[in-house]
Amino acid sequence: MAERRRLAQTALALLLAVAVLGIVPGTGLQAGAAKKLEIFSWWTAGGEADGLKAMFEVYKKRFPGVEIINATVAGGAGTDAKAVLKTRMLGGNPPDSFQVHGGAELVDTWVKTGFMEPLTALYKSEGWLKSFPKDLVDIVSHQGEQYSVPVNVHRGNVLWFNKKIFDENKLKAPATWDEFFKVAETLKGKGITPLSLGDKNKWEAAHLFEDILAAALGAEGYRGLWTGKTSWEGDGVKRALDTFARILNYVNRDHAAFVWDQAAQMLIDRKAAMNVMGDWAAGYFTAKGWKPNVDYGFAPAPGTAGLFVVVTDTFGLPKKAPNREQALAWLKVAGSKEGQEAFNPLKGSICGRTDCDPKKFDVYLQSSAVDFTKNALLPSEVHGSAAPEGFATLFNDILNLFVTNKDVKMAQRALQKACVDNKMCK
Amino acid sequence: MRIRRDRALSALILLPSVVAVGVFVYGFIGWTAYVAMSNWNSFVPDLSFAGLRNFADLFQTPRFQIDLRNTLVFTLTFLAGCLGIGLLLAVLLDRQIRGEALFRNAFLFPMSISFIVGGTVWQWLLNPSTGVNLLLDAAGLGALRSPWYTEPRIAIYAVVIAALWQMSGFTMALYLAGLRGISDELREAARVDGASDLQLYRHVIIPLLHPITLSAAIVLGHVSLKIFDLVFAMTGSGPAFSTDVPGIFMFETTFRGNRFAEGATISIIMLVMVAVVIIPYLIYSSRTEAEA
Repeated sequence: MAERRRLAQTALALLLAVAVLGIVPGTGLQAGAAKKLEIFSWWTAGGEADGLKAMFEVYKKRFPGVEIINATVAGGAGTDAKAVLKTRMLGGNPPDSFQVHGGAELVDTWVKTGFMEPLTALYKSEGWLKSFPKDLVDIVSHQGEQYSVPVNVHRGNVLWFNKKIFDENKLKAPATWDEFFKVAETLKGKGITPLSLGDKNKWEAAHLFEDILAAALGAEGYRGLWTGKTSWEGDGVKRALDTFARILNYVNRDHAAFVWDQAAQMLIDRKAAMNVMGDWAAGYFTAKGWKPNVDYGFAPAPGTAGLFVVVTDTFGLPKKAPNREQALAWLKVAGSKEGQEAFNPLKGSICGRTDCDPKKFDVYLQSSAVDFTKNALLPSEVHGSAAPEGFATLFNDILNLFVTNKDVKMAQRALQKACVDNKMCK
Repeated sequence: MRIRRDRALSALILLPSVVAVGVFVYGFIGWTAYVAMSNWNSFVPDLSFAGLRNFADLFQTPRFQIDLRNTLVFTLTFLAGCLGIGLLLAVLLDRQIRGEALFRNAFLFPMSISFIVGGTVWQWLLNPSTGVNLLLDAAGLGALRSPWYTEPRIAIYAVVIAALWQMSGFTMALYLAGLRGISDELREAARVDGASDLQLYRHVIIPLLHPITLSAAIVLGHVSLKIFDLVFAMTGSGPAFSTDVPGIFMFETTFRGNRFAEGATISIIMLVMVAVVIIPYLIYSSRTEAEA
């Protein structure tokens, strides 16, 4: 009995010790180090993490003596990181600067709710209104003020294909969905899965559909979807859904078991010939030793030549940032030519600025950078730019049902309802 | 005098936990119920009163209807499977076989693995193009290949298989303990009366195991009604929400869609579902305790 009590006491003492030790170093550090900077992102692996580190190096060179805290939360497309960020922001414990997709995710979630500080003065003093394309600045602006700094641009509407399969069968990258169906028939005849899809996380199917929407509606019609000018119950969306339903006949049957990078891997393994994904897929191919124009080919997603669906990662300044001065310095680095040239080749994206040195980038990214300056820039819905997050989750849900039941009318009605519920249209 | 001081002391010692439970359990349940009846469906808190509108909306949402059906199918098959397999394993182990400890631990082991790990493993095992389909091919049983969780009609059963693997050992352990508690005299008496093995189990042993079946059903029932991690790691929502459960819907609608009132509404419905199972049991067990 006595022994048991002693055991309990020891355990209690240990617990207390752990608790005390856990707290003390934290407070000790805060008192000790002079300058700190906490950057929040979901860049935890591969090229993304390397790119972020390269940008940190630029910062450390310019501002020595600042300790950078790299606060990352793993998870594709940042779905888990965003949940963590929300609790921190609502709890009054913001990081000094955080990664956020430009557009609705920035404006609806953070700016309109009063969590962000405008960066208009910084844009003026750094001359950024000239360095970034106007369409991109618009995406991070609200009522004439800028609220975040775009560090990179990914293209959402790209068709990737296994170049060897295409060469062997004397095929050309399809420029429209009608051409796609012809190519797909040929491939199917040879026993090759035409298009790979991995939609376990739902957004991948929505991503494919977003590109079909852009093809069916064109730039103006597509933009109108997010402002209520284009009806979700109209003919354009119906055409897009019909096309989508037809495309689904040409995808791998086990698509629900995979995520986007496994779908990209199917091209490498010759299990499929084509894939529609944002150009982070190029980063995946590079990591696997696949070369552009040798092993894989690329083209705008069918029907979207001249359109550029923008996915942009930006950094902003939350109100009550604990180290505001260092955060502003960080934003200067993030928006600078030097910072973007350090970050983007490793991340596998192009600069938000238009003056980066093309020689630092591979063939694919060079061609993407050219398109970026010439094409109509469209906001991505799936990646947070076009519509509030409440709509985005419903959009994913509706398409997840559609992939199985292919009920065009039901999908159109649900999309219109989601649009009204989120106050995007009446 | 002594007794009163003891009482005061015990009340004093209990006080912190009573307060903590009051605030962090019941206080938060109350807060969630309050949010569920508000208009807080964007990132800006809006606590204006909405009555039961969120509940009415939710029951009309196709995804939630599918979730309720999935929960029902999952709970029934999972309960029946766990109890059946658990009892079978326990009866087999109870026959004083050699290496009993080894088997016992092997069957119980999956329970010590977290649902996230189990879900991830089963995601690969039941992946139509990796996993067990390859084994079936290799064994010349290619005809038994299955699309598993990629086929909406059967996807939920793929998840049930994973859950059974993880929790059957638990019911086995409960039943084994119960079987060891049944005295040999009862068995012998039944045998003397000429009961066959089957009759012995049907009329003597299984009825004696009823309290254990009930406890196991309650524990498993509340696990399955609020299951989240296993499904989330293994299949997510699944094609056409075929493996979606209220927990996943709640998580996504709240923390991805910023629809806090809707998320709170789902939570309250989950709480009610679990309460429907637990409360009768609590009443029953407190009554039997009082009798004893």
